[in-house]
Amino acid sequence: MTRVDLIQVAYLVASFCFILGLRWLSSPRTARRGNLVAAVGMLIAIIATLVDGRVIGYTWIAIAAFVGGSIGALVARRVQMTAMPQLVALLNGLGGGAAALIAISEYHAMSASGEVALGAVIAVSVMFSTIVGSISFAGSLVAFGKLQEIVPGRPITWPAQKMINGLGAIVVLGLAAYASFNIHDPILWLAAAIALLLGVSAVLPIGGADMPVVIAFLNACTGLAAAATGFALNNSLLIIAGVLVGASGTLLTQLMSKAMNRSVASVLFGAFGGGGGSGSAVGASGEALPVLEISASDLAAQLVYARRVMIVPGYGLAVAQAQHPVRELADLLIARGVSVAFAIHPVAGRMPGHMNVLLAEADVPYDQLLEMEEANADFPQTDIVLVIGANDVVNPAARDDESSALYGMPILEVDNAEHVIVFKRSMATGFAGVENMLFHDPKTRMLFGDARKSLTQLVQDVQAV
Amino acid sequence: MSFITELVILVLAAWVGVEVISKVPQMLHTPLMSGTNAIHGVVVVGAILVLGAAAGGTVETICGVVAVAFGAANVVGGFVVTDRMLQMFRRRPEPPKQDQG
Repeated sequence: MTRVDLIQVAYLVASFCFILGLRWLSSPRTARRGNLVAAVGMLIAIIATLVDGRVIGYTWIAIAAFVGGSIGALVARRVQMTAMPQLVALLNGLGGGAAALIAISEYHAMSASGEVALGAVIAVSVMFSTIVGSISFAGSLVAFGKLQEIVPGRPITWPAQKMINGLGAIVVLGLAAYASFNIHDPILWLAAAIALLLGVSAVLPIGGADMPVVIAFLNACTGLAAAATGFALNNSLLIIAGVLVGASGTLLTQLMSKAMNRSVASVLFGAFGGGGGSGSAVGASGEALPVLEISASDLAAQLVYARRVMIVPGYGLAVAQAQHPVRELADLLIARGVSVAFAIHPVAGRMPGHMNVLLAEADVPYDQLLEMEEANADFPQTDIVLVIGANDVVNPAARDDESSALYGMPILEVDNAEHVIVFKRSMATGFAGVENMLFHDPKTRMLFGDARKSLTQLVQDVQAV
Repeated sequence: MSFITELVILVLAAWVGVEVISKVPQMLHTPLMSGTNAIHGVVVVGAILVLGAAAGGTVETICGVVAVAFGAANVVGGFVVTDRMLQMFRRRPEPPKQDQG
């Protein structure tokens, strides 16, 4: 076998490792092993590439890889679990930027060797990875900024936004077409620069709570940009790995927007939502609807004598850093013979599956985490539901009220349980700005205050019962 | 490699991707995202090819160095953080054995 064949075999093994790694991610038992296998695949791929005959200089590679790798490792070790969405956005942007730079460099190599026009396959793949990679780079950095709260999380809009973006997109495509037939570096650089602006202006109008969809979407973009560089470089591994990621990002984008009851298009172009509104609900007759409160000590007594308790955590729980007290409460109740589980809505948190990670970090065993369907089947047999920092995902209007903005969104049907306790700071509405009739349900009691303080108090009271 | 071969690879990989990823439970979607994030760091392979073959050209060297650094950060950061997350997913500990006697 020649060296070229050996490299291809190594790429095949690497592809196999990636697929096996993703396969093992289907269960928490094997997931860690799966990630390790994928990492080994990556190592094999990189070593195979380093011995490629076309690679002649190693100095720059070593320096760049060392610097990049160290920064990546350092950030990944330090980052807090609540900041996971930012990190994923940032890493995603880096991948997109790398794909764009590879395409730009390939294009330059062809321009330097005196070629006049690109072949069709090369043209499409170079232009695709330049443009999509640039959009993904800039868009991910803005998403990072929003999640890190460097850039305001609310939608930022300006007049004729869609028209300007549309115009920008047309200009980019025109430049790309021109640059394909007349190889000229500055034209491609201009296209990349406008694509960067497009990435910024596409993500700025998207509200903070829509970030799960945006991150998944940008993830798909980077994957596809990587696959396109595979076509440009004639490299099967890049195509396979890039497309795997593209498929994953696309599936998650669809899943997330379905769980939010919005189309992907309305998330990406909608500028939806703002700061939560406030105010109290007003009944049909015009008077304010009643809200019943409960004290922590009363609740503690109820909890201890319950058979089954379900906890519905929302992002508010993570904001209040209340994962640990909530786990303590669950442990205490379990020790008293109460059956406790957590019901997790697909969009709880700032990225797909974020809440599960936050609870896992607080040592909640994963067999206590229920997905929406399981939880909904359980609520009718549940004595007490604790809704902590969640609002829209438990709003019965999504099921009952056809005039509601939330109508059709799959929810956790907590109102099927016997008692519902809502932990809340105030009566402000949720992200969607929709009033929640659950709070006025006769079986609901409100526990007002900071979630962390309320839970800490509750833990003490349960210990005292 | 011919374009058609590459296209076949693309379609098959997309199929496998959809099949495998649709089996990942919601609970693991964040690790799935950061894991696939690390996998698209495979662009580092392309970056190495570009930079390694750059015989001193300024544009190739600058693009290549930045691309390799970005790709390396993407790969290492992605796998490390995914591992950190996955090691936190634990089952309920076995109930402690009761002392006989």
